[in-house]
Amino acid sequence: MSVHTPHPDMPPPILNVGVLGWLRSNLFSSPLHSALSLFAIYLLYLTVPPMISWVFLEATWVGDSREACAGGGGACWVFVKVRINQFMYGFFPESEYWRINLAFGLLIVLAIPLFIKRFQSKGKLAIFILVVYPIITFQLFSGGNFGLTHVETSRWGGLSLTLILAGVGIVASLPLGIVLALGRRSKMPIVKSVSVVFIEFWRGVPLITVLFMSSVMLPLFLPEGTNFDKLLRAMIGIALFQSAYMAEVVRGGLAAIPKGQYEAAEALGLSYWKSMGLIILPQALKLVIPGIVNTFIALFKDTTLVLIIGLFDLLAIIQQAFADPDWLGYSIEGYVFAASIFWVFCFSMSRYSMSLEKKLHTGHAR
Amino acid sequence: MSETDNPGGMPHATNNVTIELRGVHKWYGQFHVLKDINLAVNRGERIVICGPSGSGKSTMIRCINRLEEHQQGQIIVDGTELTDDVKHIDQVRKEVGMVFQHFNLFPHLTVLENCCLAPIWVRKLPRKEAEAAAMRYLEKVKIPEQAKKYPGQLSGGQQQRVAIARSLCMNPHVMLFDEPTSALDPEMIKEVLDTMIELAESGMTMLCVTHEMGFAKTVANRVIFMDAGEIIEENEPHEFFNNPQSDRTQLFLSQILQH
Repeated sequence: MSVHTPHPDMPPPILNVGVLGWLRSNLFSSPLHSALSLFAIYLLYLTVPPMISWVFLEATWVGDSREACAGGGGACWVFVKVRINQFMYGFFPESEYWRINLAFGLLIVLAIPLFIKRFQSKGKLAIFILVVYPIITFQLFSGGNFGLTHVETSRWGGLSLTLILAGVGIVASLPLGIVLALGRRSKMPIVKSVSVVFIEFWRGVPLITVLFMSSVMLPLFLPEGTNFDKLLRAMIGIALFQSAYMAEVVRGGLAAIPKGQYEAAEALGLSYWKSMGLIILPQALKLVIPGIVNTFIALFKDTTLVLIIGLFDLLAIIQQAFADPDWLGYSIEGYVFAASIFWVFCFSMSRYSMSLEKKLHTGHAR
Repeated sequence: MSETDNPGGMPHATNNVTIELRGVHKWYGQFHVLKDINLAVNRGERIVICGPSGSGKSTMIRCINRLEEHQQGQIIVDGTELTDDVKHIDQVRKEVGMVFQHFNLFPHLTVLENCCLAPIWVRKLPRKEAEAAAMRYLEKVKIPEQAKKYPGQLSGGQQQRVAIARSLCMNPHVMLFDEPTSALDPEMIKEVLDTMIELAESGMTMLCVTHEMGFAKTVANRVIFMDAGEIIEENEPHEFFNNPQSDRTQLFLSQILQH
């Protein structure tokens, strides 16, 4: 009787694994791909090294006036350094900066438990952040109570204004969008037509028009003497505008939920709002997380348009800074700085949405 | 089997009617789906409804919990008439459980959450109580060990048994089954039928749309045959299968029993 000895495992061909394998399958899999890869590498060679040298190697980092940058061939970050307070806080009185810091610091502290798995009452905390926190923040920014000096909204600006506009827009447009989406799918003709008209109206006009109307036209229609804040009007404009987009995103999710889910919820005796809130929306919203975050990112960047109605968000205040005769000619530094800040925020939102999608995935086929 | 509570063959004799359909008509647009349906179901009775596809059997039982609206006639469930009144509809749905062909479990909730949801939100039971009851029913359908899993992780047969448990958690008086085994692989049909047979033995009032003639023979008190929106024939199972009255029924039976 012969005894079978299994063959020992042999290593795979050297060209299929490791660095060589990766290169072969990803960059040089065919003559055309090889040519394209080489061309792309050449383009990167042309653009990346000069960029790095401009941004980092030859840039001027120290000093506090234009003269410090006179000799350097790279970026003049002194410009940003000198103006950084304005970029962050706008025209807020310097002695009151701590109020803005406190407001955003508080948000970070409050939000941390939301990311801790074992923290139990996430729902209550979220409600606190959505309801109580905005009141605290408004008090801190605006002042006038508790011995805080009043700061007019026209002095708010910079990144803090951008974040406030985006935050209010995001927090207001999602629930409003959900209600509009449900309205558009409603069987009640009045609810349905009001939703349709609202959505189509706001989607049909450019945001610039909305902002312009809210700041210039609206006061004409209001009775003499009534004056409500320009910033508030811009916020309302942005929230209504984005809620129309949000509604369509959410509607897509609602349409993707099979009819059986609605029927099962009904058959169990759940009322309309309960079946929406417990069964349909959790599934529909999960499906459209990428679309929702897409809208949030668009909203975040659209806040820059408020500069046309004279509000100084991050971009506007940077532009205003390089109009300063002392700093003429440093607009590139300003734009690069603005772009990198926007990129950091938008990229974080996108990463967060991806992790959320992963977490909420329950491995379901239906 | 259990013939103690309601011996088959005399459904109309007792004054114990729980569901009554009187002259029910329904149209989908121009299409007349249900034509003058009259049916009385007694408490504890087990009825199997069969017929070719498109004959209106699913539509009929879906009218009983108002997933479909009827346009003429009366449907009375436990003394409550189904009208546009939402209160009446909610009242009926609380007492009538339904099991669907495609299970329709909620994929974002675990098996246990699927079962507890309605008792907590509709019956207002405390969570602990609802969970204990849900575990009892999951044991009854023999899958308590799957309670923490999501529906997507279960086989079709297991999902359908969870769906049955989910309905039972509401303590319904009546259970409606809409082709509960039609979407299942052959080897999973038996586990679902066994669960249904057990349920029948416990005295539950059941209306089942199904093509499982073996099930009909074993547990039904009455078999109803429908075609083209009408009830053609109804009889107790032995008579129905061995001595069908109408030629349409004979044709149907000869086609499905050939194999």
